[in-house]
Amino acid sequence: MAIGGITAAGARSGARRRLAMLLAPGLFWLIAFFAIPLVVVLAYSVAVPGPTGRVEWRFTLENYQRLFGETLYVSAYVRSLWVGLLTTLICLVAGYPLALFIVRQPPAWRAALLFLILIPFWTNFLVRTYAWMIILSNNGIVNTAIQSLGLPRQILYPGEGAVLVGLVYGQLPFMVLPLVAALDRFDFTLMEAAADLGASRRRAFWRIMLPLTAPGIAAGSVLVFIPTVGQFVVSDLLGGAKVDFLGNLLQRLFTRSNPPNWPLGSAMAVIFMVVLTVAIVAYFRATAEERR
Amino acid sequence: MARQAPDAGGLLLRLHTGATLVFLYAPIVVLVVFSFTSDSFGVRWTGFTLQWYERLFRDERLIGATLNTLLVATISTVIATVIGTMLAFAMERYRFRGRTGLEALLYVPIVIPEIVMALALLGFFALAFGLIDAWFGVRPVMGLATVIIAHVAFTISFVVVVVRTSLKSFDLRLEEAAADLGADPWQTFRHITLPLILPGIIGGALLGFTLSLDDFIITFFTTGPGTSLLPVEVYGQVKRAITPKINALSTLMLVASITLVFLSQFVQRRGRTA
Repeated sequence: MAIGGITAAGARSGARRRLAMLLAPGLFWLIAFFAIPLVVVLAYSVAVPGPTGRVEWRFTLENYQRLFGETLYVSAYVRSLWVGLLTTLICLVAGYPLALFIVRQPPAWRAALLFLILIPFWTNFLVRTYAWMIILSNNGIVNTAIQSLGLPRQILYPGEGAVLVGLVYGQLPFMVLPLVAALDRFDFTLMEAAADLGASRRRAFWRIMLPLTAPGIAAGSVLVFIPTVGQFVVSDLLGGAKVDFLGNLLQRLFTRSNPPNWPLGSAMAVIFMVVLTVAIVAYFRATAEERR
Repeated sequence: MARQAPDAGGLLLRLHTGATLVFLYAPIVVLVVFSFTSDSFGVRWTGFTLQWYERLFRDERLIGATLNTLLVATISTVIATVIGTMLAFAMERYRFRGRTGLEALLYVPIVIPEIVMALALLGFFALAFGLIDAWFGVRPVMGLATVIIAHVAFTISFVVVVVRTSLKSFDLRLEEAAADLGADPWQTFRHITLPLILPGIIGGALLGFTLSLDDFIITFFTTGPGTSLLPVEVYGQVKRAITPKINALSTLMLVASITLVFLSQFVQRRGRTA
């Protein structure tokens, strides 16, 4: 490689310099505007909230104590995790047959179906949530249909049902895409082999297809679960801001409450991250077990 | 295999797929149709009108917010694409200490809940601006600059993922051939590497642009009181009331983003066949 006067060592130091140049801006940005802010949250979470919303830099664990002591916060955690779980489950139950149908189509149809599933998600997600407000509103389409059947008008929005509909709507493709990828790698002749050996279709599904597509289920579930637990817009708009989810409390503690309480909000975010990490690690362990 | 069972199952699958597609498209159809309704609550069809589009174009606040949002998306995409492409090269072409650590650092922004990243940035900016105020006596405020910084921070990782994919399939012998023919590293990059991975870079840039345009949570937390941005405006208006003006705006946004995605598909497909 040594051309002209360039020695091997010279070339190596040139490569080092090039590498440093390539890394410098990205490293700077990710450390300054991603890693350090996360450390700042950790620092805020053990600081004292001042009376005017200013943070006082004295060490305390009171924020964490408050989170575990007050029902408002505990129930927001429980509700967010529960609704996150429910959304994930609904997406899985609705998404699995859909993915199954897609992978069994001829290639051209498959591509078209995948495209059809993705198109609605190229619109702004606020707009998609807004569309459900229209559909579920008192004089909206669903209520018009209900009334034309002679049934009384239902209050569908705002409410928890509306929140669930909005969440499933927003997350479904994140479940379907990994499932399609997993089912794509699945060897369907295994099902025939199982049938030949006398297994019922149901048994073959539970014992063969489900365990072998577990990585797709795991990936899809994590992709659906994380944003659902942290969301605040869907519950704010479709839930009418009546029930508090984790995201709603975080948003209020940081931007709206009078005075704002950043230390408490930060403690909440830290616990959120810990709970989420534990849940995901446990989930991957469990699905790995399933595969064995 | 029994003939009957798979057919029944197949029919069920077909029905399920049909129902899911209705579920996916109902809101989109409703949104577009009701942008032309004369009903001022925008939830029923009472006759055709274009008045909501007219009102939209007269709403200077919304137009200003749209321009700001496009500005943020453009600038942050340019920065994130340049930085992200450099990182992708470093990750794919070099072995160095801390590479695994960087790999992890690159993945965390993709999986972290958006709201945590958003409030971390808000907390960070407040702290940093407080320190700048204490040391230099000037207090910067949150606004377009902070939103751009935040958008770059959360889109870099996505750009890196896309560009790395195209670098992985790159035939290194082409670069060796160029070097053998006397090209210096810069010439090789400029005339061989760059044109070949350009579709990947454009794909990464379009992904970053789309993410930036669609983002609400991080924008909401890192913008300032004097700056109006589209998602924040829409959120405010939607919270106040349902009005067909939002439908008109949504329809236009829908058309714009579908155009953008088709454009990106086109660019990437051309890159693949070229």
